[in-house]
Amino acid sequence: MKARPLARDRAFSQGSNRRGTGMLIYTLKRLALAVVVTLVVSALSFGLLYLSGDPAAAIGGEAATDADIANIRNIYGLDRPIYIQYLNWIGKALQGDFGMSYYFRLPVSQIMAARVPATLILGCSAIVFALIFSIPLGVMAAIRPNSWVDRTALFLSVMGQAMPSFWLGLMLIVVFSVWLPLLPPSGTEGWEYFVMPTIVLGYFAMPAIMRLTRAGMMEVLASDYIRTARAKGLLPGSILFKHALRNAVIPVVSVSAVQFGFMLGGSIVIETVFAIQGMGYLAWESIKRSDFPTVQAVILVFAVIYIVLTLLADLLNGWLDPRIRVT
Amino acid sequence: MEFPPIPPVEEILGPSPGQLLRRRIFTHKGLMIGGIILAVILFFALLAPVLSPQDPYAQSLTTRLSKPFWHAESTWKHPLGSDHVGRDYLSRLLYGARISLLIGFCVALISGVIGTALGIVAGYFGGRVDMVITFIITLRLSIPFVLVAVAVVGIVGGSLKVVVIVLGLLLWNRYAVVMRSATQQIRNQDYIPAAEAVGCSTTRILLSEIMPNIVNNLVVVATLEMANAILLEAALSFLGLGVQPPTPSWGLMVAEGKDFLFFEPWLITIPGVALFVLVLAINLLGDGVRDVTAPENR
Repeated sequence: MKARPLARDRAFSQGSNRRGTGMLIYTLKRLALAVVVTLVVSALSFGLLYLSGDPAAAIGGEAATDADIANIRNIYGLDRPIYIQYLNWIGKALQGDFGMSYYFRLPVSQIMAARVPATLILGCSAIVFALIFSIPLGVMAAIRPNSWVDRTALFLSVMGQAMPSFWLGLMLIVVFSVWLPLLPPSGTEGWEYFVMPTIVLGYFAMPAIMRLTRAGMMEVLASDYIRTARAKGLLPGSILFKHALRNAVIPVVSVSAVQFGFMLGGSIVIETVFAIQGMGYLAWESIKRSDFPTVQAVILVFAVIYIVLTLLADLLNGWLDPRIRVT
Repeated sequence: MEFPPIPPVEEILGPSPGQLLRRRIFTHKGLMIGGIILAVILFFALLAPVLSPQDPYAQSLTTRLSKPFWHAESTWKHPLGSDHVGRDYLSRLLYGARISLLIGFCVALISGVIGTALGIVAGYFGGRVDMVITFIITLRLSIPFVLVAVAVVGIVGGSLKVVVIVLGLLLWNRYAVVMRSATQQIRNQDYIPAAEAVGCSTTRILLSEIMPNIVNNLVVVATLEMANAILLEAALSFLGLGVQPPTPSWGLMVAEGKDFLFFEPWLITIPGVALFVLVLAINLLGDGVRDVTAPENR
């Protein structure tokens, strides 16, 4: 068992200058990787449009004549070479212009802006919900392995891994909207509409955070400096919170960022179940309506958010743990 | 002069590795429970045509929404009730098990082949090859894959084949990550340079030196990914983008029952519980295989 050295000790042993340049190189490397990944993902989401066959025919609908379709192709620029179309699209996307929605006949950016708040509220409240429950559960499970808390935590995560999220959502609606009419089943009008979706979405992020907190806490509690602290006669509470938890919680921060990204992707199912007017619901509706510019934009935005979160998590880890920077 | 009796050979040698493995398997509760449940579901799925009381596609508007057996007004004709167009729910449930298992198995196979090939090649060759494959894995991990799966299946048009292919092409990342690190560990063992020194071909080293030593990792990942694929198919079908009606998919059954949520909640409870039990069984089995084959147990 090797304890994670404290940041202060590392600064002494390495000299702050070397530490600074190492981190800079690591940051630049990760940043370059993130940019390349973003470009490839954007090309993929642009390419989705062409999976459907002829997008011009999809816009025109069934009644369109050949002349109409040729006209549409001209208006939307679909007659130009595909790489020109991609460069145009990505260039405009960088300026926040994702084109016109085929369905709403409005700028996609305007439609998305209206849908972002609901998804962000849902994502943030779900991650907060997950952290509030999984960190204390993980810590208690680590202090007393095999106790009833540990078993409950294990049981909850085994259940969560096997339950379809949409089904849990529907069952909560049956219980809390039909049997005990406490909460509204669907909509976005007030905070009470977010209670059930938050629980469902947060629940599926809990197992990973719980497991990591438990493992990190167990490793730290077995380390030498905790034994020293105990031998010095520090209060158990102070050892637990000031010495152990602070170090154990470091990887949890980065995994939470990654889980947050996952949640945004998973929100398509939950938002559909609860009819929350967010980005996920927009994506689902747009797929059903063959509104490709909107679908592409939502995928690109989700991918970029996810890439940025992963980048931040990696940088945080690299900053806290110099061993990661070497690879 | 009297010699002490010679103990039987089994006592001197102790239990063989095979006996130890069998003992670990049969004393592992999760593995046994998961295995038995999965075997039962597999049995029902295979014998669905024989066991189903009715044709799963046969509609009957006079007996629509008849209640399952725990309600007073249930009928023997439909032990688990009937859906909104009068199709027998038990028969649909049995045929639905076939869809879930088929999708789980095919997706695990396709993604397993892709991920294992990438992982072993990256782990064995290292260097530039590893860099390229690691980049591909990073790329795959950066794709919001639930959204992409939904979009691709939705745009191409949902069907069993499309769902299998799309999920198979997306879900290989865990195989690649696990197989890569497992191969890296095996690569440092002495018998790999030994095999290289006696002139074994690369294919032979990969297939008969490395593969047998990482196959237990493969089995663990494959079971967990199979469970994952089943849940994703259910979600896609629930969103109306996966397997299309009238095919009896459990996710689709939940979607169809959603409209009757307020009065007939059992329409979503039954297929949901079926999904939960199947995925739980597969996960227990996978975790059990991991515990039983873990080297620290030997």
